[in-house]
Amino acid sequence: MSLKKNVKLGLSALALSVSFHAMAAEDPIKVGVLHSLSGTMAISETALKDTMLMLIEKQNAAGGVLGRKLEPVVVDPASNWPLFAEKARELLEKEEVDVIFGNWTSVSRKSVLPVVEELNGLLFYPVQYEGEESSENVFYTGAAPNQQAIPAVDYLMNDIGVERWVLAGTDYVYPRTTNKVLETYLKDKGVAASDIMINYTPFGHSDWQSIVSDIKKFGSAGKKTAVVSTINGDANVPFYRELGNQGISASDIPVVAFSVGEQELAGIDTGPLVGHLAAWNYFMSVDTDANYDFIDAWVEFKGDEAAVTNDPMEAHYIGFNMYVEAVKKAGTAEVDAVKDAIIGVSVPNLTGGYATMMPNHHITKPVLIGEIQDNGQFSVVWETPSTVAGDAWSDFLPGSKDLISDWRAPLRCGNFNVVTGTCGSSADVASK
Amino acid sequence: MASSQTWLFRPFQERSTQIFLGVLFSALVLVTFLHLFMPQDSALHVSAYTVTLLGKYLCYALLAVAVDLVWGYLGILSLGHGAFFALGGYAMGMYLMRQIGDRGTYGDPLLPDFMVFLNWQELPWYWLGFDMAWFAFIMVLLAPGLLALVFGFLAFRSRVTGVYLSIITQALTFALMLAFFRNEMGFGGNNGLTDFRDILGFNLRSDATRLGLFIATGVALAIGYVICRGIVTSKLGRVSIACRDAEARTRFLGYRVERVQLFVFVVSAMLAGVAGALYVPQVGIINPSEFSPLFSIEIVVWVALGGRATLYGAVIGAILVNYAKTVFTGVMPDAWLFALGALFVLTTVFLPKGIAGLLQKDRKASATDDAPAAQEATA
Amino acid sequence: MSIFRLLAGLVIAWCIAFGPSLATAQVQDDAAQTLLQRLVEASNAERTAVLKHISESGDERARGWLEAFSAGKLATVKESGATVLVLNNVGRNWNIASALNGEDMGKVSRRDLATVRVNNSLRKEVEGLLAVIDLAAQNPDVRLAAARDLLGEVDGALVAQIEQRAQVEDSTAVRDMLTTALAIHQLEQGDVSAVETLSGSLNANARAALNNASNSDDPVLAAAAVKALESIEQKLKMNRAAETLYFGLSLGSVLVLAAIGLAITFGVMGVINMAHGELIMLGAYTTWGMQQLFPGQPGLALILSIPAGFLVAALAGIAIERSVIQYLKGRPLETLLATFGISLILQQLVRTLVSPLNRSVVTPEWMSGSIMINEALSLTLNRLYVIGFALVVFAGLMLIMRKTRLGLEVRAVTQNRAMARSMGIKATKVDILTFALGSGVAGLAGVALSQITNVGPNLGQNYIIDSFMVVVFGGVGNLWGTLVAGLTLGTINQVLEPWAGAVLAKIMVLVMIILFIQKRPKGLFPQKGRAAEG
Repeated sequence: MSLKKNVKLGLSALALSVSFHAMAAEDPIKVGVLHSLSGTMAISETALKDTMLMLIEKQNAAGGVLGRKLEPVVVDPASNWPLFAEKARELLEKEEVDVIFGNWTSVSRKSVLPVVEELNGLLFYPVQYEGEESSENVFYTGAAPNQQAIPAVDYLMNDIGVERWVLAGTDYVYPRTTNKVLETYLKDKGVAASDIMINYTPFGHSDWQSIVSDIKKFGSAGKKTAVVSTINGDANVPFYRELGNQGISASDIPVVAFSVGEQELAGIDTGPLVGHLAAWNYFMSVDTDANYDFIDAWVEFKGDEAAVTNDPMEAHYIGFNMYVEAVKKAGTAEVDAVKDAIIGVSVPNLTGGYATMMPNHHITKPVLIGEIQDNGQFSVVWETPSTVAGDAWSDFLPGSKDLISDWRAPLRCGNFNVVTGTCGSSADVASK
Repeated sequence: MASSQTWLFRPFQERSTQIFLGVLFSALVLVTFLHLFMPQDSALHVSAYTVTLLGKYLCYALLAVAVDLVWGYLGILSLGHGAFFALGGYAMGMYLMRQIGDRGTYGDPLLPDFMVFLNWQELPWYWLGFDMAWFAFIMVLLAPGLLALVFGFLAFRSRVTGVYLSIITQALTFALMLAFFRNEMGFGGNNGLTDFRDILGFNLRSDATRLGLFIATGVALAIGYVICRGIVTSKLGRVSIACRDAEARTRFLGYRVERVQLFVFVVSAMLAGVAGALYVPQVGIINPSEFSPLFSIEIVVWVALGGRATLYGAVIGAILVNYAKTVFTGVMPDAWLFALGALFVLTTVFLPKGIAGLLQKDRKASATDDAPAAQEATA
Repeated sequence: MSIFRLLAGLVIAWCIAFGPSLATAQVQDDAAQTLLQRLVEASNAERTAVLKHISESGDERARGWLEAFSAGKLATVKESGATVLVLNNVGRNWNIASALNGEDMGKVSRRDLATVRVNNSLRKEVEGLLAVIDLAAQNPDVRLAAARDLLGEVDGALVAQIEQRAQVEDSTAVRDMLTTALAIHQLEQGDVSAVETLSGSLNANARAALNNASNSDDPVLAAAAVKALESIEQKLKMNRAAETLYFGLSLGSVLVLAAIGLAITFGVMGVINMAHGELIMLGAYTTWGMQQLFPGQPGLALILSIPAGFLVAALAGIAIERSVIQYLKGRPLETLLATFGISLILQQLVRTLVSPLNRSVVTPEWMSGSIMINEALSLTLNRLYVIGFALVVFAGLMLIMRKTRLGLEVRAVTQNRAMARSMGIKATKVDILTFALGSGVAGLAGVALSQITNVGPNLGQNYIIDSFMVVVFGGVGNLWGTLVAGLTLGTINQVLEPWAGAVLAKIMVLVMIILFIQKRPKGLFPQKGRAAEG
């Protein structure tokens, strides 16, 4: 580090009139980036790594935080779940990062979770997920099921008049839980069991002929039918192709997807998909200046006019800004202080509103429903009137409807049972 | 089955085994010392992170030894050894899951979290007994052993050999991967088993337990190595080498080739199972991706790089490749696959005998029956 | 805001009024501007009526507006309030043109445009309006499509118009379709006689209407509907069986295509080419590349990709053979490891050079959609082409192996290399050509697969195991075996799938292969003669 830089840093620390140790002001705040850069998940996660680098660069250009620069530490867990745990340990123990932004799949988060809790780290998780989790050390900036699935179903039911439902998903925990939640929700709303069809397929399923044909059959019973798709990643292209080729258009049987965003659409010929839906908390087509600025910055950073933005990127944008605010509020990057400071922090999101960190470590988000257009973008057709707070424990699952999570001072519990009045097993973690 | 009472002790008289065990035990002692007695901020201190990492490498090394036993000495290129590794791992994972008890998120005393999650009412029958350590540890050997027994019995009886055998072992592990991905199977689907708390009453998150597991893995590797050495130097081992080099001739000489093959194959599968069982508590998760055919191929490459039919070569290869992986995925993630790919190509083309071959050359080729025959028994 | 808009509107009107247009055009433009303005400002509920007005305005630009609206390409310039058509809405700056006179207004930043939002129900509305316009089209196919769009969409206001149209319609197909459309409407009104008209129909809309009717309160109607449905169900069964068979053949032909190149490199040459999947991937990327070279002509690009894909993969194959495989003669299991390394390198190469993201390959017009055999059974076109392509490739390969000099030499070299060489055959050259041929065919498979599945770095991995299974199941070294094995496995998979689910079906097929290999270690069609003794 050059002398000039040192002086500059020292000055800015002085200017902020921060009284605590001058030592800290010289060290950068280390930001771990734990996203797969190779293997199957590289498709989705590489963009998130770049997003983090861009955000850090921007923050540093604006003088860093508390006069300290931010320093990214990028590692590659290579889409290998045990490696995620190992790399998280490396980041926390060896690199001693102050915060980690990372993970995409549920299983990678589950793998990292014990490590982050043990070493008392901070993890910002940016992807929509199945809920049923609340860790003291993890901040969930993606959507919980009540911030994506349920509003989408409400829209289909009330605005489109759907009466018959196909719940199609890839066989892993996110679709399983989402469909379980939706099934209970639909039945509560009076939908008969015979009007719900549930189907699971393996990862990367590529032959959709007979399933699409089944959906077509199911949809010709005279009631308006919709497909709620939690089909993951690569399986989507052949799925949508088959839909198009078997002549199922969005006006006959609309498909609402929870895992298909702008980035996935970039790899699909969207012509035949026009009108199919997706539910997210952000779309690239959102008409706000904040969003246009973000897109401009992204395009410039990537040097690619065709670069797209998507929902998990916005989640990182929000999460990163929240972290920065929390560090400012706490006056230190020390984990426990930041953990306490971040609850209640509000930062602008890209859709023209504000995101607030709730006591259960989930954030408030608007829910948007968009229709696919032929340019690979979504056109927003509906949105929730106000933001929705993420619910860690679903009200529609028998095991979790009595649980709440509140990480503020007196309770400090991730799975407090309101009926028995006890905190579940995480007491040992909470008492640390 | 072994040829004499002393088959297990014969390896100790070999120089290569003595050296191997010497190096292994000094490494264990050194790491333990550096971890326990060096101050935290010392450059020589070995952190708990590194200890666990080394423990993982040793698991892989044991797995590689198991693969080398069948590939190097029996001529069976198994592209499905990851399956045995994973089965051992799942047996251990199930034990660890049951140990969580009511400390899970939902606090159910009997059912693991993912079952509560899927609204299961009772424990499936195949989960019974896994709360007892002895039962689980037996299953670590039995589950992969049985699979190998059934699969091997069918395959060797009908004389499926060479490439065909490789391909169907691959089909085996692929089918198991798909099966374990299914949530209905009751093994946690894609998320697998995770969030373990303790093993035999020791907290898995404490450094002492980590060190213990590391040492246990080292000892297991030593035992596994000696067993393999014992087998290959016994009469049975000689017959198996004969099968590798000329299966038909061995058969004509009156040996029951398929029995030899079956025995060695099952032993190898059990060793792989043990490796898996030790791997799981150290990395903290077991998930169907361990069944993926790519992983199984990778194991074979460790062996090839280290040097086939030497056993210690397999250990060197496994540790080297995985160490490189750890370094490269941190330093230059994009280049990692290029490096790994190039390693495969260069090894097979320029180092057909692997690193062990280089060592042997230095030591003036100890022309034993260990060196693989130039021609393989293939279709 | 609205005052501003009004002013802006006036300014535009003023411009137009003093522009070089005719007086009549001015009047028309004023009316059009008002209509468009109403469309922009209306709520979704009101828009239906406005759309109707536009379609009935008789303005010849109406169709363009409706189409732009339903494609989400109608927008207003935020500053001026002018309604514009978006010509190209990709990227950050959009090409726009005036909605009134089609004048190109150049590129405008997305920030300055507000798109007029459309949704499925409005789009459907527009479809219906366009369909009514199209009913009078010259081309009977357009009329048929339009009539089909009207199924289930007929309301009281349209009945008279459609009946009138049906009377003058000279195409029977269109007339039948219109009758069905009307009958569905009548059935919805509770007319029992309509059941008669619909009873033989396999059409999904008709069935839907009957299904609804069978739950009706009118017992007579319900009974009639149930009866009609039963007879339809009978007919459907046959169709479903045929459909499953078609699905099976189509999956099978994909497997055959993926495996047939391997049948040459692995089966004939004995090279266990784990990079085979990546050669397929190269073919698929070539297709994508060609489509980038010929933007707007996906069909032409696809046809050109056939030779291009073959060449690219074949050249890659030659490079692999020369650089690695030739050094591993007689060590088949080691070729497995080396080529596995190559496959990793190729994957990462594509990730680094192109992108880790999937690429979008466009399906040309003539390959999308399906051929309708009857109302319940339609064969998807892309898969039909793939089946045909697989058969052509197979026949071509058979010809090469059986009828050409190369084929003869290949067979000679595989059966007895030393003998073949002593007969003057250049074994090395034959090796290169054979490997190139097998690789090239993998490239062809990639071209075909680009029309079915993802084009991304993982494409190859998804097919490599299946390919090996097919080759081993069919019997190594036997092309017929590969064909039969691929089609059989595909069909078995599709027959099992509806009954066991996708995952279990696949597992069952794999277990079946394992057991089959135990029974017949050399596959369906074992190689006979000396080569088999190896």
